Amino acid sequence: MTDFLLEIGLDEIPARMIAGAEAELGRRVNDLLTRERLLADGGKVITYSTPRRLAVLAEGVLAKQADAEEQLTGPSWKVAFKDGAPTAAAEAFAKKAGVAVAALEKVTNAKGEYVGATVKRPGRAAAELLAAELPKEVLGLYWAKNMYWRAGKPERFVRPVRWVVALLDEAVVPLEIAGIAAGNSSRGHRVLHGERSVVLNSPKSYAEALRKAFVVVDVAERRQTIRKALDKATRTVAGARWREDEGLVETVVHLTEWPSVVLGNFEPEYLALPEEVLVTVMRDHQKYFAVEGADGKLAPHFLAVLNTQVDAEGEAIIRHGNGRVLRARFKDARFFWDFDQKTTLVDRVESLKNVTFQKELGSYLWKTEANVAVALALATNVKAAGTLFDEAALVKATELAKTDLTTELVKEFTELQGIIGGLYAKAQGLGETVAQAIYDQYTPASTEDAIPSTVEGQLLGLADRIQTITAMFGVGAAPTGSKDPFALRRAANAIVKILAESGLPLTLSNVVTAGGAEGAKREQVVAFLGERLHFYLKDVRGFAYDVVSAVLAAGADDVRDAIARAEALTAVRGSEDFAAISAAFKRIKNILRQAEEKGFALGSSKDVTLMPEAQRLADAAAALVPEVAFLRGERAYGEALAQIATLRPVVDAFFDKVMVLDPDEKVRGAHLGLIDGVLRGFSGIADFSEIVTA
Amino acid sequence: MPISLKSQEKPTPLTFQELLFRLQSFWAERGCVLQQPYDVEVGAGTMAPETFLRVQGPKPYKVGYAQPSRRPADGRYGENPNRLFRHTQFQLILKPPPVNVQELYLKSLEAIGIDLTQHDLKFEEDNWEGPTVGAWGVGWQVMMDGMEITQFTYFQQCGGLDLDPICAELTYGLERLCAFLQDVDSVYDVVWARDPETGAVVTYGDVRHTEELQYSVYNFEEADVDRLWAHFNSYEAEAQALLAKANAVLADEKATAAEKRRFPVISTYELALKCSNLFNLLDARGAISVTERVGMIGRIRNLSVGVAKMYVAQQAAV
Repeated sequence: MTDFLLEIGLDEIPARMIAGAEAELGRRVNDLLTRERLLADGGKVITYSTPRRLAVLAEGVLAKQADAEEQLTGPSWKVAFKDGAPTAAAEAFAKKAGVAVAALEKVTNAKGEYVGATVKRPGRAAAELLAAELPKEVLGLYWAKNMYWRAGKPERFVRPVRWVVALLDEAVVPLEIAGIAAGNSSRGHRVLHGERSVVLNSPKSYAEALRKAFVVVDVAERRQTIRKALDKATRTVAGARWREDEGLVETVVHLTEWPSVVLGNFEPEYLALPEEVLVTVMRDHQKYFAVEGADGKLAPHFLAVLNTQVDAEGEAIIRHGNGRVLRARFKDARFFWDFDQKTTLVDRVESLKNVTFQKELGSYLWKTEANVAVALALATNVKAAGTLFDEAALVKATELAKTDLTTELVKEFTELQGIIGGLYAKAQGLGETVAQAIYDQYTPASTEDAIPSTVEGQLLGLADRIQTITAMFGVGAAPTGSKDPFALRRAANAIVKILAESGLPLTLSNVVTAGGAEGAKREQVVAFLGERLHFYLKDVRGFAYDVVSAVLAAGADDVRDAIARAEALTAVRGSEDFAAISAAFKRIKNILRQAEEKGFALGSSKDVTLMPEAQRLADAAAALVPEVAFLRGERAYGEALAQIATLRPVVDAFFDKVMVLDPDEKVRGAHLGLIDGVLRGFSGIADFSEIVTA
Repeated sequence: MPISLKSQEKPTPLTFQELLFRLQSFWAERGCVLQQPYDVEVGAGTMAPETFLRVQGPKPYKVGYAQPSRRPADGRYGENPNRLFRHTQFQLILKPPPVNVQELYLKSLEAIGIDLTQHDLKFEEDNWEGPTVGAWGVGWQVMMDGMEITQFTYFQQCGGLDLDPICAELTYGLERLCAFLQDVDSVYDVVWARDPETGAVVTYGDVRHTEELQYSVYNFEEADVDRLWAHFNSYEAEAQALLAKANAVLADEKATAAEKRRFPVISTYELALKCSNLFNLLDARGAISVTERVGMIGRIRNLSVGVAKMYVAQQAAV
């Protein structure tokens, strides 16, 4: 048994792509070894990565595949041997199988007697197989953005391949990737180790050999080192904590081979800038962690994660350099903030006509006016239902919502649009309600994000998005396949989420109506929002596929109601009685479809004497339908479903004893009428026939 | 003026002009042609013909040059310590890129006095795209102690044409690099030259501040929008006419190689560059709405893509 090591050395890989590529390479190597029967029982595949390398260590690799035998079947015995002598057919088969004619055997199977051959397949050596198969696996890795580098453009990869290590124990596997022949020599940290090569004596010594060259190849270890170093550096400031930021931790983990941390400071006067701006500069622009004091407020410090190890003098230089850059950025931000205050948001409305929203539709001034109309329509609905909110503030917030697009600060920090508008509105005395609605207008930005905290913010968010969707559908810009350049799916997801998680008394059709879509376009928009509701229930809320289909088949307009029905259905769907009911409903649907195909009419049981089992079903249904309808009206879906489940014995008995499609037309009509009534009477919560039963 | 932390023990940091000397000699010693700055207004070193045209076709080329780069909208009347109407790029093209191009680059940093063991260096993903010249590539911004000091790009396409071989483009921003070396907070405090005998210094501000102020006034206030449009249309028309003619000459089977060779494709490119600068001026004057912007970029791109095609066809023909 041997160990195998593969390391691909590259120019720095983009941090965002490393984790995915490392996992994929591990999977590909594991699959290859398994497919080729080269992984021993208990063998395992471990992966590593740094910005400059992807590596896989496979422990328990067989030096060669086990030999195998294969049985081949050829022509019929009669054709192959005439009077005991082999014919041309026998010779051809023997040649193809690679055995002597004398070695051919008689095989008897159900169809008769045939010629057979036992072929020995000697196992291939691991080195030979890996050399042949691995380069394809490596070059098949997915990258979000690829490049060419060699003349003649033979391959594309994320960055140029600079070295390859491939070792089976001590032996180099003779493979070549992108023109680079594998060897046993790796490279260390660019600065701390320099250009000297790092010779690897065995696969298992990989991590330790690289550690001596100032490279920690294990991602989890780097993550832990960074977290500990952040803690340690922060402890030098009394009562301080670093702001947890998992995304940023992952980024710096993939930007470093030998991480360390330095804590730096900035002048407290910059704390007068909004926290959002300070954090954006530190996190998004500089990849620094923010530090907060015991009171949870930002403190005038930052933490930079370095890709090196320095002495005290070096640390002072690096701290100073990073602080200098941060200060310049803060200074810019403060300049823009002050400059922007010279023109109020109210005075900026007119200039929105110079900012294009979409070239076939118009400017942001046009968009703003349209948004106001939609917001007013939504407001009317909400007011009618008795929800309290400040309508004037909603209108003001909608009018000013897009004005921050003309500010210097948003031009500099585009990711802060909306937030900047909200902060400016507050600074310009437009009131907390207006400011908060503007601030929250783009939330939720993702399915994990929270919805706006105020009714005004929720209504502004809905109005802005349904207006965009309706207008874009109107100019043929609906998303198709993977193409969604205007992020309309995200906008629709946000609409669904706001309706689901706010208390707003609005249905999807209320929102669509307020958006102004009509005719065929309205149907398109409704269907589009319906898809997003399906996505929300299934992928965000985690309901089972069949539960979602069943619930939406019974109504897909009231989002919160659909969620309540899905919860109730999920609670009962595992029970035996309910599974039987679902199966029965499926059967009812099938029978009704058959009846329709055959032209059988539904009838009534008025002049027909039903079998006792049919009569009992009719009676039970008649008693239960109003009760279930009442419970449904009360949204007591759990109880309603429990009631429906009590039908099981009667339904089972009915299908057991009664031939629904009776030859007698009247009886048949009565049966069909009966089951149709059952289906209709009990499908208001969900279409149970959609439920997948074991 | 703030001095480097351990200035007493360390050699005096390079002046602005010494920085350029060092970079030039470093790359000259590695076989690069040293060119002089291109004498038509450009927004970046990439746009000078030494890059835009030379990267086309199969012929290897290595060149370095300092390129004054104009960005009218970035002018700040000389009041912002970090933003300039005109900054200087040291532009380097290595076609094809040597396998140790990153290591060479690190050596160039050592050559300008940076002790890499005392700094934090990272190559962070940054893919470059120049829509007006139909060019893009993948690469990094090279970060030193949190500051971007170089844009490093593996060019993939230029003038709308796939490159083969590709080239490496290294763009050092000389002003910010020098401010970093000298540890000054304002670019205007950068020492441009120091008299070796008297020690008297001339700063970046002494040399360029007035220019920054006056160009900001021109770019933002005085430039005549109607005339800018007229200039733009006129240069564009001439470029289009030449491109049509080039097309005819280069496609003409009866034309001799000599006739094809003398056609002024390079001059046509200058007309496209004129358009590009006029577009930037119009933009600084706020004369271009966001809607028009896309269309204008498309018009300039048409010119540069047209030139690239003609250039490649001409090279193939002669």
